[in-house]
Amino acid sequence: MSEQKLGNIPEIPAEKFSFVNRDRTLRDEKLQTKPIGYFKDAWMRFTRNKSALVAFVLIIILVLFAIFVPIFSKYTVAFRDPYYHTVLPRNELFAGTGFWDGTSTGRINETRYLYLKSIGVETGRTVVTSKESYTNDDVKKTTMYIATVDTYLSVGYAFVNMRQSEFEAVMDYQNRTGIQVLYPLPRTIATTYINGNDGANFWYKLRDESAATKGDPDLDENGDFVPNYILSDNKEYAGYTSLRIAGDDGGEDGQSWYVYGRKNQSGVRVRVDYYEYFRYIYGQYPSFLFGTNVYGQDILTCLAAGARLSFLLAISVSLINFMIGACYGAIEGYYGGTVDIVMERISDILYDVPFMVVATLFQLHLAKTVGVLGSLLFAYVMTGWVGMAARVRTQFYRFKGHEYVLAARTLGASDRRLIFKHIFPNSLGTIVTGSVLAIPGVIFSESMLSYLHIINLETSSLTSIGTLLSGGQALLSTYPHVIFFPALFISILEISFNLFGNGLRDALNPSLRGAED
Amino acid sequence: MGKHYMGMYIAKRILLMFLTLFIIMTMCFILVKLLPLPAVKEMGRDINLVLAKREKMGYNKPIMVQYFLFWKNILTEWDWGVGEQMYEGLVVWDVMIDKLPYTVLVNLYSILIAIPIGLAFGIFAALKKNKWQDHLISTLVMVFISVPSYVYAFIVQYFLCFKAGWFKLTMPSVSELGGTLLSGRVFVALIPAILSLGFGVVANLTRYTRAELSEVLTGDYMLLARTKGLTKAQAISRHAMRNAMVVILPMIISDFIGILGGSLIIENIFGIPGVGNLYINSINVRDYNFFMAMSVFYTFIGLASGIVMDVSYGLIDPRIRMGSKK
Repeated sequence: MSEQKLGNIPEIPAEKFSFVNRDRTLRDEKLQTKPIGYFKDAWMRFTRNKSALVAFVLIIILVLFAIFVPIFSKYTVAFRDPYYHTVLPRNELFAGTGFWDGTSTGRINETRYLYLKSIGVETGRTVVTSKESYTNDDVKKTTMYIATVDTYLSVGYAFVNMRQSEFEAVMDYQNRTGIQVLYPLPRTIATTYINGNDGANFWYKLRDESAATKGDPDLDENGDFVPNYILSDNKEYAGYTSLRIAGDDGGEDGQSWYVYGRKNQSGVRVRVDYYEYFRYIYGQYPSFLFGTNVYGQDILTCLAAGARLSFLLAISVSLINFMIGACYGAIEGYYGGTVDIVMERISDILYDVPFMVVATLFQLHLAKTVGVLGSLLFAYVMTGWVGMAARVRTQFYRFKGHEYVLAARTLGASDRRLIFKHIFPNSLGTIVTGSVLAIPGVIFSESMLSYLHIINLETSSLTSIGTLLSGGQALLSTYPHVIFFPALFISILEISFNLFGNGLRDALNPSLRGAED
Repeated sequence: MGKHYMGMYIAKRILLMFLTLFIIMTMCFILVKLLPLPAVKEMGRDINLVLAKREKMGYNKPIMVQYFLFWKNILTEWDWGVGEQMYEGLVVWDVMIDKLPYTVLVNLYSILIAIPIGLAFGIFAALKKNKWQDHLISTLVMVFISVPSYVYAFIVQYFLCFKAGWFKLTMPSVSELGGTLLSGRVFVALIPAILSLGFGVVANLTRYTRAELSEVLTGDYMLLARTKGLTKAQAISRHAMRNAMVVILPMIISDFIGILGGSLIIENIFGIPGVGNLYINSINVRDYNFFMAMSVFYTFIGLASGIVMDVSYGLIDPRIRMGSKK
């Protein structure tokens, strides 16, 4: 049949044929789109993973927080204020709202209320911003208050010893600005008082004059406080020539002036309004965004400094483990056989030593010579690289038998070239993911070890999240804000690193290419 | 052949385990002995006993002799020494055995409570795969796995113990509570710790169950099971769950052994008199006899969990043949 058909074709003369492509070289058509390489593809798939992207942004924010907050903070880690300890977080934006403005609302009794009220009388500030009284029927029908107290102002006054020069500088400051920093000395200047900042806050007549008094006032018939200052006929007692508070007019006889300072061996003992005194020293009123802890340290600065330390430690551990693990695993996986067995035994044993034991022993042995941080780093590196080595080893076992490796070997590539040029890039995804996912683990165990006081990273200018947590745990029921911010920080950190690591793992795994669509 | 092979495999693993343990103990011993020995506290009530014990362990002799005596004491009398800086004069092993039940109880309770919850969430998420319920559960799992266990402890302690006042901030002693160790009162006192540990375990279990089950559910035999007339519930409970359990069960077992070592910080926060607290105290007061014994204990726990995990894979699923040469 086909022969018949063929036979039917009429004969075509040769000159009717012509060459189509005689002078042109033929090429494949150029690709219209750009080629998508491994990393570009990984990046594209990573950005499509919303949660990983959010986590990535969060991590960047946390890192920036750790880097820049200690630089721009008004306080340092070494900053410790004996009076502003455990004050509540205050954000100036929220002033007066009752939330995040440094006030605490709670039940207080009459004595406490009057004590707090008295602090504001001399300076004209309102320490108790709102109150509601009720009768407590359980305890002999006493009056109680639900009051909102400004924890910054409730500090009140303090006795401070100054050198003469300093005393003159404060007076000069007062004269220049018109701000009263020094206040008259009350009769409670005896150092035996326990409450009210060693008695500095008891400027009024007390019902109970003993050293352990809680500040129960002896009010006059109008319900006002009765001033109880030391009086002198010398208006410039101790050389005080500056501002005087209202009511200090020399009395009826013109001979009873309030005393603003008392000379002692080191200089002058004065009573300062601590809120203003703080401003005099630091140039601004006290305000702590995250509050302060029991030592009067700024939690914001400490947290950022601790985070910085954790990040530095975790990243260096991760990098060192990456290098050691990659080389070790590459040798194991590439050569195999006896080399592999021997090396695996070693890493197995190291892997099985509990980290706690390593950290403790290194701490006990090395902390004196290389420092606490150094020995901790050693401890992490000692056992940490094993996981990375195992991962690289598996990858090498997977790729070393592939045809392209054989081809490269046939072409004369050396072992080193095969390992680093041909096999290693293929396992890069797994390795990078492993390194990133190791970071939250290091941060967690570092915080745990310092929480348990097995390592002590606390020095005058250094702190760690674990130390902050353990300090906060002791105050959990009374001042939960001390633990809240470090705990929140480390939780966000762990969540974002895990999300980011998972996203990275999926993105760098080429076998998932196109799988999501 | 399979059974025989399994026996050989287990024997080999256990032998290797003891070899590893031996090496780690040796390293640990030498490193501890190189440290200066803290003096015996004068206040200890059994100072003479402690000194006599030190003599027996050869404290003034070279480290190699001490090492030999150390093994001799352990192998012949199971003698790990006596407490020197804490529990002065008390036998280390007895104190440990005394404390162990608390740690085991906390972990056992939290695992037992976590298993049904974790499985339920995991199954639910797998059945609703890629629906909003699944996304919600997966997100929560991610959060709960990542948040450190001590943060749960703080939350539980603040809200349940302090604000609500349901429990004491730290656990009272058993004699204070009255009743025995297994009584309900002790269980109630342990609830804060159990909860704090449980969050992570539930999340972990949910994740594994979801991953395993959703993989199993796509298998051809599930289609066959439905084709031959089984309802969805029947197919899942009789076919899918069984296969998923192959992976989940070993995970549960190793999880249990694993958190024996992981409840250190929880014990510390809630003041549970378990081995974790003992270990931390031994480090803080530098009691090296306790430290040595506890380190061996934790190493052993870690090694054992690895073996149990691998072996249980093989026991549950005959298809998995470990260590088989190609």
